[in-house]
Amino acid sequence: MNQEQVPQDQENLNEGKLAKLYYATDEKGHYVKVNSIGWEPETVAMQQAWDVVNDEVEEARQKVLSGKASPLLYHIKKNIMTPALVASYVGTFGFMVRLHCHPSFFRRLSRKQLEKYAFTFRISVEQLTDVERLKNPQ
Amino acid sequence: MTVNFTHKQSAHCESGVVSNLLRFHGLEFDEPMVFGIGSGLFFVYLPFVRVNGIPGTAYRTWPGQIFKRFSERIGIKIERHKFSTPEKAMTALDKMLDKGQPVGMLTSVFYLDYLPAAYRFHFNAHNIIVFGKENGRYLVSDPVMEHTTEISYEDLARARFAKGMPEPSGRMYYPVQMPGEYGLNKAIWTGIKQTSDHMTRIPMPLVGSKGMQYLAKRLRHWPERQGDRKAIQWLGNVIRMQEEIGTGGAGFRFIYAAFLDQASQRLQNEKLFDLSKRLTKSGDQLRDFAYHAGRVCKNRKSDVKTFAELGDMLEAVAHEEQVIFSELYDVSRTQ
Repeated sequence: MNQEQVPQDQENLNEGKLAKLYYATDEKGHYVKVNSIGWEPETVAMQQAWDVVNDEVEEARQKVLSGKASPLLYHIKKNIMTPALVASYVGTFGFMVRLHCHPSFFRRLSRKQLEKYAFTFRISVEQLTDVERLKNPQ
Repeated sequence: MTVNFTHKQSAHCESGVVSNLLRFHGLEFDEPMVFGIGSGLFFVYLPFVRVNGIPGTAYRTWPGQIFKRFSERIGIKIERHKFSTPEKAMTALDKMLDKGQPVGMLTSVFYLDYLPAAYRFHFNAHNIIVFGKENGRYLVSDPVMEHTTEISYEDLARARFAKGMPEPSGRMYYPVQMPGEYGLNKAIWTGIKQTSDHMTRIPMPLVGSKGMQYLAKRLRHWPERQGDRKAIQWLGNVIRMQEEIGTGGAGFRFIYAAFLDQASQRLQNEKLFDLSKRLTKSGDQLRDFAYHAGRVCKNRKSDVKTFAELGDMLEAVAHEEQVIFSELYDVSRTQ
């Protein structure tokens, strides 16, 4: 890639925080370092991955609101985690976490267990259990 | 406690960390040199390792290998630690910082809040250097960032103790002994030999340029076998692995070409420069592939290449790399 061809697509997901380093060639074919603010295919692929995540979060939110799932499910999806991953954070088994995604099991959780989940998601217990909040997520 | 630390941005996290750490200890290695001597370039397609149901592809060696191979070949002694609890890990880090020693460590991208939100997936093998502590916040040299940044105690502790695959377990490392004299030329040849050997001569269908051919073959059938939605998701993942995770495939090809360029100047070997130019070309083709694949993912009506054509493009790159690395192997054998 020639150094003039290094892509600088304005439409990117870097929030101006990041300009990646690329290795590109000068006219003789020797390498120089060039910064790039973004490249379309990369942005598309990343956006696509996030779309999948966001779809799942929305699906989980609807389930919670209709009472088919506990808020735990929403927060698992929101943090791009899986029950197995959450289980390793709180020190239990994946199937237990899956059980707790059902409202009836979730309601029976002790304060201590709720705190463990809340700590994992970096929120308070009130934020974890509050379903009303999910009606207007930020 | 802060130390006088020079941060230079790099394209790939692991080779960048090594380059920055060694600069602090008085050894100047440019990132491509580290990448080349550490034999960082590779290709592997792992259809049976599913991440969120998507088959894995990697355009590089396993995390940690570059540093390991590089330090073996140059003769640097490294001390590595892992810890059972975040408290122990953070105390050990503080101790090293008090001694004025910058420390490299493994972290999860998800908890590094200085990165753009879009990058923060659960990717647990990101390397950063912590080189100081000011007002309770740690000073971080993240090789992919242009400048140094900082992070809070809590976020760093979480990032170092993220769960999932692979678990960082607070892993940290720092060089304890610098080499007295080392044979740079020999190290370069060893690096080249290993990379070209692994790219062309491992008798398995999933690794090296054969792996790329195999992926090209399978990719053609994704729409009919997996359905449109999955096929596009999988294709998106191939691009992400190629272009995003530590500048990925084409990026790695360019880093390696930059290494061959530097090596040819150092060893006065014109053949290496010639191969560097050809690798640049095949890297460009790989970028073309990503560009068209990106179009398919975006589902634009015009200029949409079908999966069969994408497969052809990838196969062409695979053939080209097979030829380049075979020649590279022959060159390295004569040394």
